[in-house]
Formats: sequence, structure tokens, C-alpha cells
Amino acid sequence: MKLNGAQILVDCLKSEGVKHIFGYPGGAVLHIYDALNACTVIDHILVRHEQGAVHAADGYARVSGKCGVSLVTSGPGLTNAVTGIATAYSDSIPMVVISGQVPSAVIGSDAFQEVDAVGITRSCVKHNFLVKSADDIAEAVKKAFYIATTGRPGPVLIDITKDATIAEVEYEGYPETIEMRSYQPEVKVSAEQVAKAIAIIETAKKPIIYSGGGSVIGNASQALITLTRNTGFPITQTLMGLGAYPATDKQSLGMLGMHGTYESNNAMHDSDCIIAVGARFDDRITGNLEKFCPYAKIIHIDIDPSSVGKVVGVDVSIIGQVNEVLNALIRGLETKKLPNIDAWWKQINDWRLVDSMAYKTKQGVIKPQTVIETLYEVTNGDAIVTSDVGQHQMWAAQYYPFDKPRRWINSGGLGTMGFGLPAAMGAKLADPDLDVACVTGDGSIQMMLQELSTMLQYHTPVKIININNGYLGMVRQWQEFFYDKRYSMSYMDALPDFVKLAESYGHIGIRVEKEEDLKPALIEAFKQKDRTVFIDIVTDPTENVFPMIPSGAGHHEMLLAGRDDMASTNDSGLNLV
Amino acid sequence: MRHIISVQLENESGALSRVAGLFSARGFNIESLTVATTNDPTLSRMTIVSVGDDNIIEQIVKQLNKLIDVVKVTDLTATEHIERELLLVKLAVNADSQSKIESQLDLYDAKIIDASEEVYTVELAGKSQKINDFINAFNADEVLEVSRTGVTGVCQK
Repeated sequence: MKLNGAQILVDCLKSEGVKHIFGYPGGAVLHIYDALNACTVIDHILVRHEQGAVHAADGYARVSGKCGVSLVTSGPGLTNAVTGIATAYSDSIPMVVISGQVPSAVIGSDAFQEVDAVGITRSCVKHNFLVKSADDIAEAVKKAFYIATTGRPGPVLIDITKDATIAEVEYEGYPETIEMRSYQPEVKVSAEQVAKAIAIIETAKKPIIYSGGGSVIGNASQALITLTRNTGFPITQTLMGLGAYPATDKQSLGMLGMHGTYESNNAMHDSDCIIAVGARFDDRITGNLEKFCPYAKIIHIDIDPSSVGKVVGVDVSIIGQVNEVLNALIRGLETKKLPNIDAWWKQINDWRLVDSMAYKTKQGVIKPQTVIETLYEVTNGDAIVTSDVGQHQMWAAQYYPFDKPRRWINSGGLGTMGFGLPAAMGAKLADPDLDVACVTGDGSIQMMLQELSTMLQYHTPVKIININNGYLGMVRQWQEFFYDKRYSMSYMDALPDFVKLAESYGHIGIRVEKEEDLKPALIEAFKQKDRTVFIDIVTDPTENVFPMIPSGAGHHEMLLAGRDDMASTNDSGLNLV
Repeated sequence: MRHIISVQLENESGALSRVAGLFSARGFNIESLTVATTNDPTLSRMTIVSVGDDNIIEQIVKQLNKLIDVVKVTDLTATEHIERELLLVKLAVNADSQSKIESQLDLYDAKIIDASEEVYTVELAGKSQKINDFINAFNADEVLEVSRTGVTGVCQK
């Protein structure tokens, strides 16, 4: 069958089972859009900015577990997409991004809308391809989906020259399988390493499970729950891992790290056996490496060998799919008698009494923490929550206990402001039956506002919870603590009227200024099942995120709200981001 | 410590820049890098000399393995291996220095591949240390130009 390159591409995407593409047309991809126009099984979502397209594909992938797909044109289309690609790369999200490229004959001539797409994206993709011939499209697409979705997932870019989309060639159908001698993602779990890990676990007096994004992305939630329940060990989860183990369960100590709970961080510090599951010892988790977990033997479970030993030395590493490794551990531990850890639990329960998530309320002021608690109540803890980046992100993570995986969608690795709104749109398309809330702030929301327009066009009703404190709150907090309250450029004057703004985009806008109006407003908003509602909530402008491990400190050196209102750090701490 | 890392990778455009980009993005050091195709025309072999402690070298090997185009990574330094580097050097000669220079060339088994009245172009293959010693055997004003390939190597087994 003779087809042009664009038609081949669309057939490949159809054969991959792609249902949604997020994109934006332009000169280099016009043939692809023409072929897409003739295709009835793929819905294309026309975003308003390419960064929004990639974030939406990302949110879609995180909720559905499928590969997100995005289509952009050459030059600025591609450069606008780069932030989205880097965001997905940081959080290991499976994604295929297709970009147009100028005709192969003019590559390198500084042609109109030409950029070196594979060069620009090289360091923020799992892999990329430049395709200059229609004959090579099908194989590149097959490889791209294979690479993006296997092993440690990540974004893959396919840059296709315009002439390759135009040329008509013989097409023999989408390849069913692909073999790559240089890429073998299947790893057999080493029984020997599992046995070594069990030997450490068997003698642990103060064990803790430290679980990260790999448990979510690797669909290991059920195995994680079984291991935790069978062992009776406490479990703490990273920002990226929230939901893999139910947060409301009694063995859950909550999040760890910079804004984690007192009990999580102290348990990590005092532990003699840490089982790291799909987590990568990010600097937001470890704090000062010299003070990190001084007494622990560390077992590190990860699909990516390069994660092991990158930041901290470990005692036993087990490479493989998190799910498979956990099941091997579960089986191996079945016949073992584990030591009594009642004394450890007593210690942990004493730390819990500190009640590190307590916060002071103030008459006449809405506390951001209360907003999240109310959101939890109104949605019965069963919504998908996306967030942007900053204080509101931490409060959402702290005060909305997630009991299921793929419900908490945030840019944890790259920390991309503007992620939340398009991700919410993608999330809603992935799971239209669930309520989707986008927790954002007055700074972040303005980075991707234009997607409100897309959300109307494609009927993706989400509830935008804008924690409006008039500040770039996390920047303001650090300036208060570490820069003697010199608030350089962290105050944003001239905010728009978000209610009118939402209305002008065809949505509902609600402004909440009094605490007594908060819950009724949220109830009303979530009643509007088929409408996007922007709830602009005026909150305490100077509230800080606690508890906190200041940069440079150890896990046992936490600051608590109302007890250490002012943090400080040392020179080495200031060097950290 | 100095390590010689041998990388077999798909002989595709962009593969070299993936490796070079990895080293600069992650702050790894490169002392030298050589690359050419092998007897299998679909494969290239790259030999990288880097300096770092065990943790850094471990990360380099792991990160190289993570590149999709990379087929195999071997730390030659960890095994019995042979390493060679090729030097082309232009030496200034005159009637006074000629015999001294020629005896140095004999000592190192270096070969004159081009000669004029005032300049010898000399080639020498050997371990990097031998090349260094050879260059240092001449006075600074005798060494006009140096071009070295960087190290290439193979396992002995």
C-alpha cells in the first residue's frame, strides 16, 4: 500500500492504540495534521501553547498509566515543548513527542522555524530520533513507544522532516515487534541480592520502608501494601510516591524529606534498615548527606542501575521492576520470623505525639492548610489532585492524604510552575469519571492560564483551587528565613480578577474571602459536574510551610510550626537550592 | 584514578554527541576520546579516558549503559588490556641537533615520516606515558607541533 509519511505516522499511532494527542499545528507538521484530520479514532486536543500540550499529555500518562502523546511543529513549537519534556523526564513519565522539522534539504541552513531539535532535547529525553525519510517513520515510532514505556519510562522525541511526511512510499504496516541489541529493558531479579536483603531485614530492629515514584509508575502499589502489611514495618513515602500506600493507614508515617512529617524524618534518621523502593535519594529527601541516615543499612530497589549509588552508598541493591522485586521479597520473607519491633513502634508513636502537621488558625484569615483539608472533606478524599509548584504544592501533599496511586499528579523532580492546569486537563481526559482538582497559586496559575480556553473547547471540567496569597509564597518563605526578610521580587502586584477571568473563558468563577464561605463554595463548585470552576481563595499571605528541614540540616533537626517560626541555615545550606 | 573505558555503540549520527553531552551534562571529566567504526560497520568503538574515584567511574559506566545507542561498556582498566596512542610531532632540526634528535628517535623506536632540512615529522605509537616521556626528551624550542590521537585499547582476552 502506498501512503505518504504523514499517513504512515497516523497509522502507526492508531496501531499503538493512541486515543488522545495533545498538540498545536504549524508549517512543518501540516501534512501530519492533514492525515490526522482524516483519522476518526484519535482525538486531537488543540492546546493554546505547546508547553501545555506536553504537560497535558504528561497528566494523561500519569493518571492512565499509558504513554502520553504530543505533536508540535518545528522551531518555537519544539522549544516551547522543552519544559514539558524536561518535566516528564525528571519524573520518568512515558511519553512520545512528535515534532516537525524543516525539509531535510535545508537542515543546517538556519531555515525558517529551524532548530536542532535532537540537540536541544538530548539531555532531557530518554532517547530521540531524527527521521528524514518516510521509509523510516514506522520503525522510529515503534522504537519510540517501546523505549518510552519500558524499563525506567521517559519521554522520547521523534523529529520528522517535512519532506518525510510528504513522500509517498510503500507501507507494509506497523511492525508488531522490535528488537534492539543496544536496549534490553527486561531485568531478571537476582535471587542472590534478594537473599542478601532478607538477611538484613531479618535482623532489623528499626526498619522503615521508604517508597518513591517508582512504586506508582511501576504499578507496584498492591505489592507494596502486601510487603508493608506482612512485615508490620512503618512506611514513609516521597512526594512522588504518595498514594502507592494508603496514607490513612496506621503504618503510614506520611511524607518524608524537607517538608515531611516529624515521625517520618526521625524514623529515617534513627533507622537501622531502610528499604528504598523505587526512590532515588533526591536532595529534597536526604537533606545534608553527611547527616543522612547514619545508622542504617540501605536496601535499594530500582529499575535503573544508575540510581544506585548515585547519591548515597547502599548495602544491597536489587535491580528490576519494583513490582517483581517486591513480590520476590514477599515470597522470601514468608517463611522467616521477623524480630519484634514493638519498641520501635513505641518510639515512632511518641514522635507522632509531636503532631508536626498542627497549625495555628487565626480569626478572619483563611489558612491554606484549611483549604486543602476542606477540599479533602468535600471530595471524600477521592479526587485526582494536580498541583503547580510552590507552597500550595507542599500543603496539598501534606493535608490531602492519598489512599490510591495515580491520584496525586505533580512536577516533583523539575518543579515546573504551570504544570498543574494542563495536567488537570489531561487527567480529566484520562479518567472522566473522577473529580479533578488543580491546586495552584496566584503565581503558578498565570504561567499556563491560556489552557482555560482549551478546557472549554474540549469539555474537561476541573476545579481550580487557587491559593491566592499575593506572593510567590515559597520564594517569600525562603527570603523570610534566609535573606533577612528582604523580599526581592516575591510580591506580585496587579493580580487579575480571577473570577472575571474565568468567566471570560466561559467558566464559573467564585471568590472566597471568608472562612465560613470556603466549604459551601467548594461544595457548590464540585456540584457543577460539567463545568470548570475557578475558586479564587484569599489565604493568609504570610503562612509558611512547616515542618521543615532547612537546607544543610539533618533529618533529626526539623523545625516545627509555632515552635520554630524562624528557620536559619548555614553557608553550605545556602549553597543548596 | 585514570580509567580507560571502551564503549561499543550503534554507528548512527548523533551517537557521539550523546556520549559527549552526557559527560558535560553530568560534570564527568574526559581526558581523551577516540571513535571509529569497527569490523562490523553498524558498530563504532569509542575509547574514553577519564579520571575519577571509584564512585564516579561507576556512575560513568552506568550512565553510558543507560544511553539507548550503547551496546556494551567495558572498563579496560579493570582487566588485562593493551592501550596505545599515536603521536605525530614536528621537530625542529639543524646541523647541531640532528644527531642528538636521531638518537632519541632510535631510542624510542619512533619513525620519521616526513623530513625537510629544518623539520622532521615523526610518528610514535605507545602508551600515553611513553608518548609523554618522548615529548619531554626534547627541548621546548625543538617541539614545533604536537598532535595526539588519544588512547585506544582492547582487552587482552
